[in-house]
Amino acid sequence: MQKKLLLGLLRSRRGIIGVTIIAFLLVLSAVAPLIIPIESYFRWNDPDYWINNPKTVAPFWTNFFGPKEFEHLSLDKNDAKVSSESSEGTRVDNYTFQVDMQADSFPDDMMFLYSVKYGDIPPVLQIDINRPDNNTFTIYYSSLPPTNNINTSFSDRIFSTNENIKESLKQYESLFNYSISGLEPQVVIFSDTNKPNVLKGMYQISERFYLFDNYSSVEDAGLILGGKVFGIMGTDDLRRDLAVGIIWGTPIALFIGLTVSIFSIAIGLIYGVIAGYRGKRTDETMMRVNDIFYALPTLPLLILLSITFGRSIFLIIGFILIFSWMGTAKVIRSIAMQIRNYQYVEAAKLMGQSDLMVIFKHIVPQLLPLTFASIAIAVPAAILAEAALSFIGLGDPSLPTWGQILHDANTADAASRGIWWWIIPPGLMIALTGLAFFLIGNTLDAIANPLRNKNK
Amino acid sequence: MGLGRTLLFRSFNMFLVLFATLFITVILLGSTFDELQKEAIRNQVIEEVTQGTLKFENSNERSSYINDQIQFRYKISGLDQDSFTPSKLIHRIISVMTLDLGKSHYFTTDYGSSNVRDIIFEKVPKTLLLFTTATICVTVIGIFLGSYVASKEGSWWDKANSTFAIFSNSFPTWWVAMLMIIIFAFTLHIFPARATPLSSPSDPTYFIDLLYHMTLPLITLVIVSFGAWAYIVRYFLINILNEDFIHAKRTMGISRRKILYLHALRNAGPPIATAVGLALAASFGGAIITEAVFDWPGMGKLYYDAIGVFDVPIIIGLTFVSTVLFLITIFITDISYTLLDPRVKGS
Repeated sequence: MQKKLLLGLLRSRRGIIGVTIIAFLLVLSAVAPLIIPIESYFRWNDPDYWINNPKTVAPFWTNFFGPKEFEHLSLDKNDAKVSSESSEGTRVDNYTFQVDMQADSFPDDMMFLYSVKYGDIPPVLQIDINRPDNNTFTIYYSSLPPTNNINTSFSDRIFSTNENIKESLKQYESLFNYSISGLEPQVVIFSDTNKPNVLKGMYQISERFYLFDNYSSVEDAGLILGGKVFGIMGTDDLRRDLAVGIIWGTPIALFIGLTVSIFSIAIGLIYGVIAGYRGKRTDETMMRVNDIFYALPTLPLLILLSITFGRSIFLIIGFILIFSWMGTAKVIRSIAMQIRNYQYVEAAKLMGQSDLMVIFKHIVPQLLPLTFASIAIAVPAAILAEAALSFIGLGDPSLPTWGQILHDANTADAASRGIWWWIIPPGLMIALTGLAFFLIGNTLDAIANPLRNKNK
Repeated sequence: MGLGRTLLFRSFNMFLVLFATLFITVILLGSTFDELQKEAIRNQVIEEVTQGTLKFENSNERSSYINDQIQFRYKISGLDQDSFTPSKLIHRIISVMTLDLGKSHYFTTDYGSSNVRDIIFEKVPKTLLLFTTATICVTVIGIFLGSYVASKEGSWWDKANSTFAIFSNSFPTWWVAMLMIIIFAFTLHIFPARATPLSSPSDPTYFIDLLYHMTLPLITLVIVSFGAWAYIVRYFLINILNEDFIHAKRTMGISRRKILYLHALRNAGPPIATAVGLALAASFGGAIITEAVFDWPGMGKLYYDAIGVFDVPIIIGLTFVSTVLFLITIFITDISYTLLDPRVKGS
């Protein structure tokens, strides 16, 4: 029977579509820890972790459809060309970043990051920009603040709005054919000298550290150019990379969906079999209880439970379970009532097998194929229920789930601000996952459900 | 089962569910609610003493007087007992059923009353207006589209509709709602993104304004569910169209159209009515999120906001009212099934 199910699944077009989507989602979940740093999962809600990303910008591929916006650039010391020279006791460590400027618009902002360990004599930092038109702008020259502790390194970031940079740029004013006063520094740095446009080409941006003693050392150097587009899915208001959130959401959604559906079907199976097999009083009482559960308003009660007991993901799975076993119980019961009267079941009973034996050896195996179908069909509802709870703000706040991302989007009014990249991907993922399980479940059900086959 | 017995049985079931929900609500939120009430009484007493004309010798006398007053009032309202004694539970259940839940800390009606009952009753009609209208539109479209595709079983239209139904069923309604806001409010500027009317409720044009603001939520609700609806209607109809009496009618020379709309649809009536009722009942539950996304000033939006600020009296009251609405809808559905289907009535 199991073989028949699998074959039937792979013979139907809908089944194949469903299986393909699930396979894709499983692969995505499996490779997630390999392609993105695990830290991004644990620090999803930590703004410090995302500080180097731009705020609320569109995916990079929007550049294909309109003016080419500057794509966010975040470089660290591994991207830099490092050179070091020393003369007369002074060592100069040079970190040069290559920036290929091809966008039609200027960067939103510019940041220089560094981290230096030094002693009594503070090093001096000089920032040079070598432009494609062969002009070199020295935009910053200043010593680092004095320190007493040589064991800890001093880290800071210099913003392009820094007074020192603004002052330095004034000396290059004469190079430009037009007035650059009032323009932001990162605009001036990347401007053509003849017309107020972007000067395209290769820029060499170097951070030179003048170190005056031997134990001084540069720990880190970096450059961030704030763009209007970033990554394949853009970022949200908290600068989080939405692609990362979508990827982490996949294993969580599959986990929630499968756990809830497997357990709820198991409960429904046992409940339904007992009711259908025992019949009479037991059946009537159990079906009455089933009716009551059926008529309970699910979402309000889920909300109450979540408010009272907490929001950890396991509690939420438990709460959704309470409200999701009744449908299966009803279907299983009616089938169990038929199987009860089959001759081999009667025979087993006459041979003196206990009720429990009959149920688990003779009835449940008959129901297994249908159970697989029901599990697949129950997954979308579970995923939707969790997404709904998260959306209301009662989900597990520590996890990057799709519902949680949509909750954040709604709280930030993303829809009326037109931030579509914050809204479309998580919803599509929810729908895609639901659709896949629905297609699989439907195909399996068509093969395995005796009630459905009878009608045809 | 006769009609009378069915009714009795159903009502009994309904009350059982209602009490189960009430019981769960009171057990879960009862002690929190107690704390809030105690705090309200404490604040009231302190206010009275500060504003009042009573003079005290010293601060000790004052605080002992305040304590006595507080304990006295706790006793009157039964707050001195443990949260879970039977009398307490019954008392609490009665106060929930009469919506005697005191004042809300955060919300008021349009006219400034902060009584929980007033607030809830102001919101209920708006939720009913939106979701009943949506259900009616969806049902009408569903029946006509469903009948059409049923009469052309296997055609391109039929397949397109089935596919659309499966897709639209997979999307969360509230997500589609957000997309609709992007399309119609942000990009096209046809409808407002916030569905709460700006004019004051006493304005004569308020109702028209309300209807205008209702358009986008309404369209969304209809788009999300009409496909699945047509699919359900089609399913019932095709089952009936394959029955012998339909074939008999066809051989008698009755036109296909007449058979479809008069005979088949009439026979599919009871299950369709049931499905309509259940869908309406379910949509009241989903209202919490849909209304929150659209900012539609109904119960769902209030629920959402109340959760945000943890306004327990409002949450308890709304849970009760929405359960009642839910059960009444299911009850009416059951009765109409019984009335529509002669087989159920007769036997």
